[in-house]
Amino acid sequence: MQHPFNLTYKSLGSSAILIEWINQIDEAILYDILSLQVKVETDLQDVLVETINAYNSLTIIYNPNQISFSELKEKIKALYEASNHENKIASKKWMIPVCYDQEFGIDLEEISKKNNFTIDEIIEAHSRPDYVVYFTGFLPGFLYLGGLPKSLYMPRRATPRVRIRQGAVAIGGAQTGIYPSESPGGWNIIGNSPLIFFDPSQSPPCFAKAGDHLQFYSINKSEYDLIAKEITSGKFIVESKAL
Amino acid sequence: MMAHAEVISPGLYSTIQDNGRFGFRKFGVPTSGAMDQQSANLANHLLNNPTSAAVLEMTMVGPKLIFSASSLIVITGADMSPKINEKEISLNMVVAVSKGDILSFGTLRCGLRSYLAVKGGFQTERVMNSHSFYRPVTIENVIKKGDRLPLSPFKSVQNLFASVKADKSLFDSSPLPCFKGPEFDFLESGKTIFTENFSVGNENNRMGYRLHGKPLRYPANYSMLTSAVLPGTIQLTPSGQLIALMRDCQTTGGYPRILQLTQESLDRLGQKKTSDLVSFTLIDQR
Repeated sequence: MQHPFNLTYKSLGSSAILIEWINQIDEAILYDILSLQVKVETDLQDVLVETINAYNSLTIIYNPNQISFSELKEKIKALYEASNHENKIASKKWMIPVCYDQEFGIDLEEISKKNNFTIDEIIEAHSRPDYVVYFTGFLPGFLYLGGLPKSLYMPRRATPRVRIRQGAVAIGGAQTGIYPSESPGGWNIIGNSPLIFFDPSQSPPCFAKAGDHLQFYSINKSEYDLIAKEITSGKFIVESKAL
Repeated sequence: MMAHAEVISPGLYSTIQDNGRFGFRKFGVPTSGAMDQQSANLANHLLNNPTSAAVLEMTMVGPKLIFSASSLIVITGADMSPKINEKEISLNMVVAVSKGDILSFGTLRCGLRSYLAVKGGFQTERVMNSHSFYRPVTIENVIKKGDRLPLSPFKSVQNLFASVKADKSLFDSSPLPCFKGPEFDFLESGKTIFTENFSVGNENNRMGYRLHGKPLRYPANYSMLTSAVLPGTIQLTPSGQLIALMRDCQTTGGYPRILQLTQESLDRLGQKKTSDLVSFTLIDQR
């Protein structure tokens, strides 16, 4: 099969290779990256430190005492070329409960005014799509999601907030995401999810991964409190189905 | 009760660090680890500790600690005038401490970050394969008054008196060797970056250092998709200023990656403080 993408290989310092696909956010690129990532992690694990996938790149950190840049580059190229690019990655679709009450969704009213939608319409528009997880980055457990409807695009706030609570569901420009832990941030907050998106005691520490899909569903405050309680006691299971 | 060093006062910003947390960047978890790895390694090496042993990284103002049992210690990195029971001790040398001894620090003479290693390493909790403090991976982000930092069991107080002459080049102002970053060629007026001095801004911490200088031109209509960054990546911001990413940096970023510091340069930058001047020199590569 013909290789669908022309990859470029660059060094990033003395112990990393940056592999780049074309400058696009595209599910076909995502699955091509993930399938190469799996191959590299399996076949080259002896010389690997770790890999980092992003929208259109895969970065491979290696041990320079064991392999040179050019040797590793050739090995990766060979792996890519030997691939049939069917790119089957086991992935799941996760259902993510979000409480959009204004107690949590502190910027809903402002978005409603600016974008000329009712709050109910915003909630409906935000919880309808099937979002794609492109990668995890920025903060531990922060998922980069694709699929926000254009009608919900909303510029980042001029002055970032010093503290955003854990679980905040937010919109920043053309992106939506969930703050996995308390942090500063400039996105517009529309709700909060009681789920734990980063748990250092679990392996892997995040339940959702690149290539998975997720959809939000609206819950009220008492359902939120109940789920939070079930999570604390270890009883809650995030609803999911295999894709 | 486990042998420990109890924190009487924590100092300005003291954290437990090791050689880093590897394998979790794809989950958004930074590598962390000692900002100046050479100094942390040296301290462990003098005590015959494994390179992965946990040390205490101390920033600008050192803590005050009391030992509940005998051990051997080494202090490396920045000279913060370390003292045992008010008597000054040498850096880069194994020092024996006994039960009740108090380690304290005074004036900062050079550098910014000092390292305390104990025989066998601090036995603090290991989370995701590392002792390095980083919230939300670890519960703590700094040590605080009353904390008891567990020590390894230690039988004899026999001191081997190992010592080494400090490598002063760690603190000098010679240019920091670096590689071109993946977006180097997008830098208009590329070469001026190697002739200018930049001063360390007061926004400098374990995540990143802002470097101030004559603004560099940010390429017009430039946009890149968020991609991996590493400790030592130097980004160009739209305002034309540079940010050097340090050990606790985020895993991905959307600003052009102009330069990539060598590990040694990253160690040296970690010893710079607000207003210190830095410059860069390019390493030929491939």
